[in-house]
Amino acid sequence: MNVLLDHLPQFREGFLGTLALTAASAALALVLGIIMAGFRVSPIPPLRAFGTAWVTLLRNTPLTLLFLIAFFVVPQIFFPGTSPFVLAMIALGCYTSSFVCEAVRSGINTVPLGQAEAARSLGMSFTQTLRLIVLPQATRTVIPPMSSIFIALTKNSAIAGAFSNAELFNVSKLLSDKGFPIGWIFLWVALCYLVITFTISGAFRLLESRLEVAR
Amino acid sequence: MSASVLYDAPGPKARIRNRVYSVIGTLAVVGLIVFAVLRLNAKGQFAPEMWEIFNYAGVRTSIRDGVLTTLQVFAVASVLSLVFGVLLAVARLSDHKPVRWLATGFIELFRAIPLLITIYVLWVLFLTYRTDLGLTGDSTGFWALVIGLTVYNGSVQAEVLRAGINSVPRGQREAAYALGMSKTQVMTTVLIPQAVRAMLPTIISQLVVTLKDTSLGYVITYQELLFQLQQLASNTVVNDDNPYIPVIIVGGVIYIAMCLALSSLATWIERRGRRAKTGIPVADAAQPLAAADALDPVDQPGPEQAAGKTG
Repeated sequence: MNVLLDHLPQFREGFLGTLALTAASAALALVLGIIMAGFRVSPIPPLRAFGTAWVTLLRNTPLTLLFLIAFFVVPQIFFPGTSPFVLAMIALGCYTSSFVCEAVRSGINTVPLGQAEAARSLGMSFTQTLRLIVLPQATRTVIPPMSSIFIALTKNSAIAGAFSNAELFNVSKLLSDKGFPIGWIFLWVALCYLVITFTISGAFRLLESRLEVAR
Repeated sequence: MSASVLYDAPGPKARIRNRVYSVIGTLAVVGLIVFAVLRLNAKGQFAPEMWEIFNYAGVRTSIRDGVLTTLQVFAVASVLSLVFGVLLAVARLSDHKPVRWLATGFIELFRAIPLLITIYVLWVLFLTYRTDLGLTGDSTGFWALVIGLTVYNGSVQAEVLRAGINSVPRGQREAAYALGMSKTQVMTTVLIPQAVRAMLPTIISQLVVTLKDTSLGYVITYQELLFQLQQLASNTVVNDDNPYIPVIIVGGVIYIAMCLALSSLATWIERRGRRAKTGIPVADAAQPLAAADALDPVDQPGPEQAAGKTG
């Protein structure tokens, strides 16, 4: 108990750090994932191939390796002086975007055929069909897997702590280095993560019931 | 919906437009790659000397050792996590309330906590009590990694298996009980074999996750492949620079090859299962993302839902 009370500022900072990192990389992953899903169903072969390669490569790479690339290669060679937060966001966002892409793509597959056919027969182009007809209807089926993707993202953000980002894993590491009992630290950090993951799954369930249509 | 439903068969104008977009798209992708390669080349990462390091026996041995260590951790952790997963799944479906609660609590707890934190805490604990546990040298990191992976992946495998067991048609269980089989017999000879068959693609996909997660050993400075690569890159100096790019390219190819081999096995089994007419629906080969579906009040998810439907 004392560990938490004595180090409340650190815990708060770590909690907020995890939240900020999760939110930022979730936004990046969402944008990238939807673009990649669009690429994967587009009529243009090179873009399709690029989307497929992106998903296959990123899904089969360990996240730690991506972090290593982000922290040792990107700043040295491309953009020197990028803050660790942005680097962690890039690694997490790109990794998660491959999962978002697959979720969105399978969501697109669940929209009834007639919808796209009707859109086409009204003379809509590919982007119009996707943007106005298919994606809005796919949203409903994409939400449940998206909730598990974001929960996985929250947990993956712990790896950023190993690369000296201020977040919950980092806090537990620092405190245990100072010699505080690891059991208690573990308990409190676990509680913090449980709060975040339960909030995410609750929010998504709320969203789901809001978007639900009586059939 | 196949992709072609989203757009018409291209006419003459659309064909020209698609070709223009193809060229632009290709140019953009190629341009990005060329930009990266040029920047790296300017930093001397593609200099022949950088790549010559792979000719040295020491470098090769350390990469080989890294691969072997990673595979060793993966082998032990996957076997243990499968055994543990079966036990947890059975416990969660048990008729005795305390056993069920205990298993549910355990699964929920360890699925909600980042694997990295579990591994780190185990590592610190093992380091603290290493003499009592009889651990020496490298084995502290090894067991922290293996047990962390086992606990987490075992919980996920348990959920996958439970979904599989629940997806077995009810008549199977009833028929088995009607034949006078005991609970254990029903579970081991009727339900689990069918559940494993239905969930095999998902189980193997989770093994891919286990393989990827062995790289977390890097954080607890255990000598697996990623740690070896990082050490290699930061201890070698060629032309006043560390050969990060060559090492990462080689290491990335090794990792991706190992994971792709395993996940294509899952996809192959999925296709094969779809073809067979046994009446057991086979789950997706998508990697189960864990966590959310366990929090769901829905008690009997089919194999499709349990797989998270990501593929």
